[in-house]
Amino acid sequence: MSKFNHAIIEKNSILLLVLTLIVVSVGGLIEIVPTFLITTTIEDVKGMRPYTPLELKGRDIYIREGCYLCHSQMIRSLRSEVERYGHYSLAAESMYDHPFQWGSKRIGPDLARVGGKYSDEWHRLHMENPRQVVPESVMPGYPFLAKTPLDYSHVDDDLRALAATGVPYTAEDIANAKADLVAQVKPDADTTGLMKRYPKAIARDYSGNPQMVSELDALVAYLQMLGTLVDFNAYDGADFNQ
Amino acid sequence: MMQLHASALAGMTGLILFIVLFAIAVTYALWPSNKQIFDHLARLPLEDDHEEKGQ
Amino acid sequence: MTMARAEKTYGTMTTASYAVMASLIAGAILALIVAAKAADTPMAIHASLFLLAFVAGVFTLISRHFNALEHRPGADDGLGYNDNVVKAGVIATLFWGVAGMLAGLYIASELAFPALNFDFAYINFGRLRPVHTSGVIFAFGGNALIATSFYVVQRTCRARLAGEIAPWFVFWGYQLFLVVAVTGYLMGVTQSREYAEPEWYTDIWLTIVWVVYLLVFLGTLMKRREPHIYVANWFYLAFIVTIALLHITNNLAVPETWVSSKSYSVFSGVQDALIQWWYGHNAVGFFLTAGFLGMMYYFVPKRANRPVYSYRLSIIHFWSLIFIYIWAGPHHLHYTALPDWAQTLGMTFSIMLWMPSWGGMINGLMTLSGAWDKLRTDPVLRILVVSLAFYGMSTFEGPVMSVKAVNSLSHYTDWTIGHVHSGAMGWVGFVTFGAVYCLVPWLWKRERLYSMALVSWHFWIATMGIVLYITSMWVSGILQGLMWRAYDSQGFLEYSFVETVAAMHPFYIIRAAGGLLYLTGTLIMVYNCWRTIRGDVRAGEPIIPDANPSIVSGPLAAQPAE
Repeated sequence: MSKFNHAIIEKNSILLLVLTLIVVSVGGLIEIVPTFLITTTIEDVKGMRPYTPLELKGRDIYIREGCYLCHSQMIRSLRSEVERYGHYSLAAESMYDHPFQWGSKRIGPDLARVGGKYSDEWHRLHMENPRQVVPESVMPGYPFLAKTPLDYSHVDDDLRALAATGVPYTAEDIANAKADLVAQVKPDADTTGLMKRYPKAIARDYSGNPQMVSELDALVAYLQMLGTLVDFNAYDGADFNQ
Repeated sequence: MMQLHASALAGMTGLILFIVLFAIAVTYALWPSNKQIFDHLARLPLEDDHEEKGQ
Repeated sequence: MTMARAEKTYGTMTTASYAVMASLIAGAILALIVAAKAADTPMAIHASLFLLAFVAGVFTLISRHFNALEHRPGADDGLGYNDNVVKAGVIATLFWGVAGMLAGLYIASELAFPALNFDFAYINFGRLRPVHTSGVIFAFGGNALIATSFYVVQRTCRARLAGEIAPWFVFWGYQLFLVVAVTGYLMGVTQSREYAEPEWYTDIWLTIVWVVYLLVFLGTLMKRREPHIYVANWFYLAFIVTIALLHITNNLAVPETWVSSKSYSVFSGVQDALIQWWYGHNAVGFFLTAGFLGMMYYFVPKRANRPVYSYRLSIIHFWSLIFIYIWAGPHHLHYTALPDWAQTLGMTFSIMLWMPSWGGMINGLMTLSGAWDKLRTDPVLRILVVSLAFYGMSTFEGPVMSVKAVNSLSHYTDWTIGHVHSGAMGWVGFVTFGAVYCLVPWLWKRERLYSMALVSWHFWIATMGIVLYITSMWVSGILQGLMWRAYDSQGFLEYSFVETVAAMHPFYIIRAAGGLLYLTGTLIMVYNCWRTIRGDVRAGEPIIPDANPSIVSGPLAAQPAE
């Protein structure tokens, strides 16, 4: 056995490795690459814009607390879902989501169109203790969000990183990121720049505490804009189904 | 139309590639001269020892 | 000649160990800089953790060198098989198994009794859930895979593991990855990609560890003294390389800054979803299936003392499985904004997947043909066989759930959770338990396990746990799915969402009870292994012939290898 040709053996294990890599690459390549190349993968709809700095920080908190583990943001094209949650989700609606938040489990309801469904006050109470407003809820409470100041010292870096992935944040957006964040939540702030950069952005004191820009401000701002950007009345009866 | 294309094309490509791969794997597995090797390999876990020998 | 060379070089500083030390020092300096400049607290903590680990690594290398110079008794002599790293892996498997299952039990209880969240950020469901999933998949399962692959590749190649420092780097590097990942989740550091939650710097570290793992495995295959590569190693190799491919692609991200723990994925929306579930499904396919099939193809024949039923079938099984699995990911995205053609493709290949999966199950089960009586006497073999039964069950259930009509009901519900757990507890858990029960006496050179009766207890308690778990999740999942789509006589949706949540309560309690039973079984195993390692034998138990092939099959095993 010691006379066995080692060169061939060594080639065989490399051969096995290479063949395995080829075989496992086929499926991924054929399935994934076309979704980047076929233009109809993402519908061309009006209204989509990148997140405002405040919404983005709210989204970061949504991710940090693992909300996506119990809440989906993907209304399937099934009658019962559309009637419960609203128009089925379009691919375009998550085009600026790095990463996507479609979720895989509904321990709680879908949130794709939760924006505007409840008042800020409801969200405040719900975050403090969900069972104050929904007695049967099994959601954890997040009372610490209202007490924690939002750390937005690196929000310009966030926009810069997202711009690098292809989100159309301009140099101006990045330069104004911190100011825009504060403008969206301070009641008396000048919001003209914010509105120009982020159409349909809603500026108000989300947490009901004007003393501080809290994590709750950001999270509620994010929740209140979910699913509100595309005006479906403009597409009355249109079929997006692919 | 485009989607139909992608679907038919991707599915058909996958199917053909699978059939080719499957045929190669079956041929390799059933190749008569390989039988001896496979019989040897199948007994390998039973014949190994817990200590390395022949150092 | 080999011996002389090994004696001279083992433990002393070679060029390779200088290179490792230089890398560790460079890593320590980098970690120090990042810790000093960190943009956020989690990054500062993690950089310090890396710094500590790298410094510990340097000291370990130095003390290893001096130990070798002094020829301390008991030190690994670098000859024979490298089993110390396998032993460490078995202990890590047991440790992380308990930790991961405990986290699972806790979050299951949180869903039944939300007061258990205590509204405290660090133990809220959302942060603990990835601790559970990573804990059982990557920590328990991953350590089991690394340990058994190191054991199996050495035996079936009749060669010592490649490298001396490298296998230990893989072991400790992997533990460091796990600690950073888990502490990160508790601090809210997550990419929100299911089963790929660790942030960018943790991912880079895992990539380094994984490449070294691949090199150790491949290096051992290359220096083998067997002319051919046993099929278990094919599965292990496919597991290692495919996970590398999936991990790197799915985790491509742009960090906020190089000193920040936050990153944004390169892909977005629909493409991101497709790539994530291409990853997610194949983490199941290659981590939880191919890797553990490698384990099965060694330990089942070994324990039954029978060659695998059909070696030819194992080859066809291998190539079909790895080809088809990769396509199945889109079945996680039925009726979503993913283009229909991709959904259909995912469904079709998921159904095709049934074929190779059952081919593998049958191959494993039929290995026992002519030896079925051993099931009565050897509880370890029973665990291994039942793992195959669960493998067959969940690989039948999976294709059924991937059919769009079924998925429209099952998706987003507990049915999926039940399905995952029949695979994870029944297949992955049981095949690992079987392998551990084999390995502990073999590695620590004990004649037998401390107690076979305790193995039986473990088997029955864990099986009952699985049954409670799966059945409660079937009922709650189907019930909730039906409630979501129920209409009243007026044509309105009959139930509000929260009514469907309230209906889940009893099932969440039963599920937690199932988890408690399963964890109890694992604790029994830990106790049994600990007593075995100590060298104890439980008094009054009959000695079961054949239960330990390493002792009983002496004459066969004693045949010279060359």
